[in-house]
Amino acid sequence: MPTIAFQECTVECAPDETVLDALTRQGLEIPSSCRNGVCQTCLMRATEGKPPRTAQQGLKETLIAQGYFLACMCKPTESLTASLPDEAVVQRVSARVIYREYLNGDILRLRLLPYGAFHYRAGQFLQIRRPDGVIRSYSIASVSEIDSLIELHIRLLPNGSMTTWLHKEVREGDCLEISGASGNCFYLPGAPARNILLVGTGSGLAPLWGIIRSALHEGHQGEIHLYHGSYNVAGLYLESELHALAEHHPQFHYYPCVDEGEGAAHHSGRADKIALAQHKNLSDWQVYLCGHPEMVKSAKRSAFLAGANLTDIYADPFVLSKTP
Amino acid sequence: MSETGVTTNLYDRLGGAAAVDLAVNNFYRKVLVDDRINYFFEGVDMERQAAKQKAFLTFVFGGPNNYTGLDMRKAHTHLVANGLNDSHFDAVVENLGATLRDLGVAEADIAEVAALAETTRNDVLNR
Repeated sequence: MPTIAFQECTVECAPDETVLDALTRQGLEIPSSCRNGVCQTCLMRATEGKPPRTAQQGLKETLIAQGYFLACMCKPTESLTASLPDEAVVQRVSARVIYREYLNGDILRLRLLPYGAFHYRAGQFLQIRRPDGVIRSYSIASVSEIDSLIELHIRLLPNGSMTTWLHKEVREGDCLEISGASGNCFYLPGAPARNILLVGTGSGLAPLWGIIRSALHEGHQGEIHLYHGSYNVAGLYLESELHALAEHHPQFHYYPCVDEGEGAAHHSGRADKIALAQHKNLSDWQVYLCGHPEMVKSAKRSAFLAGANLTDIYADPFVLSKTP
Repeated sequence: MSETGVTTNLYDRLGGAAAVDLAVNNFYRKVLVDDRINYFFEGVDMERQAAKQKAFLTFVFGGPNNYTGLDMRKAHTHLVANGLNDSHFDAVVENLGATLRDLGVAEADIAEVAALAETTRNDVLNR
């Protein structure tokens, strides 16, 4: 009989019994509502063991890949270790700053060497914990299959205490405390022929840079279109690298976009507007949106109306912290 | 469900959970471009909204559900205060019918879905 390990308890799951029923039978509190696999209130994550596919119906592919399942639909065929989605698996790792350079006037590239295993997928984010306890999230720009170091792109924010510290005080050779990677915005191999649209603003390019290199590394054959937007030309970065990537990979297309300023080398206007104007039918496309929260929100709606399914839209809005 | 029997069950005829997954995107798109009702959906979390619509579609497709009306009531209380009325409810049912028609569902089945949707009217409008 399969068992379910949850928090400090281990519960036996009777034949034909769901994980939700087994856990609540023991008096454990699992949020639930429809109990029919529809509302997704009882979303859980298996950190050990594989939940049956029938318990993952309707979930985003990237959630499925991380072992998420619906407890009300899960009649396990093997033993599972399960947690609630917000009980993040807190893994803290020490990482040394090996390399730092400016990618443009206010975006700093940091490359870190983790001490110990650090598993991530290109496009996920990690957290940096400063010695005084302040924690901030940053997207990962590297690809673990290609790069030996973890790369971050950190934009200096006015009044951003963490970014100021990272820009002004942290030096090569210093050690940072980082948390395990999380987030659902990443490339998944398995559909190499599908077309991909990516729109990012500012340092929202970081996760997209990782996702694109990861997709090309995996041999993605479908079209990949990247629209990177900034207020002006000075805010763009990795331009020559992206042009070079496009030259080597005919399926990859790069469109630098600026709100202000003219030039043959750039598209004039907001990146998301230009992208959606050029791609009016996104039916069966995968869409990645990263950067300014308002851009992400409005582009998500536009991409959906252009035919992309919600489960194929991966968004990573950069939410600014209110506390300094 | 038992009165119609296994072979003629509406939910199975429509295609079950897979049909709900297919219909929810099309239905939500229609609602978002319908100027009679789309302002009620401004600023909502799209994923959460789609999950609610899946629950609604499962119910009106005659699928397995725990519908009590209470959640439906609570979810619409603030909208009723902002003017949600019968005409908006009718518009949603109209979009639902159009979604099913696009998917090639028979008119008799659409009528059955609309009749099930009708049972939620008083809960939605908090009457």
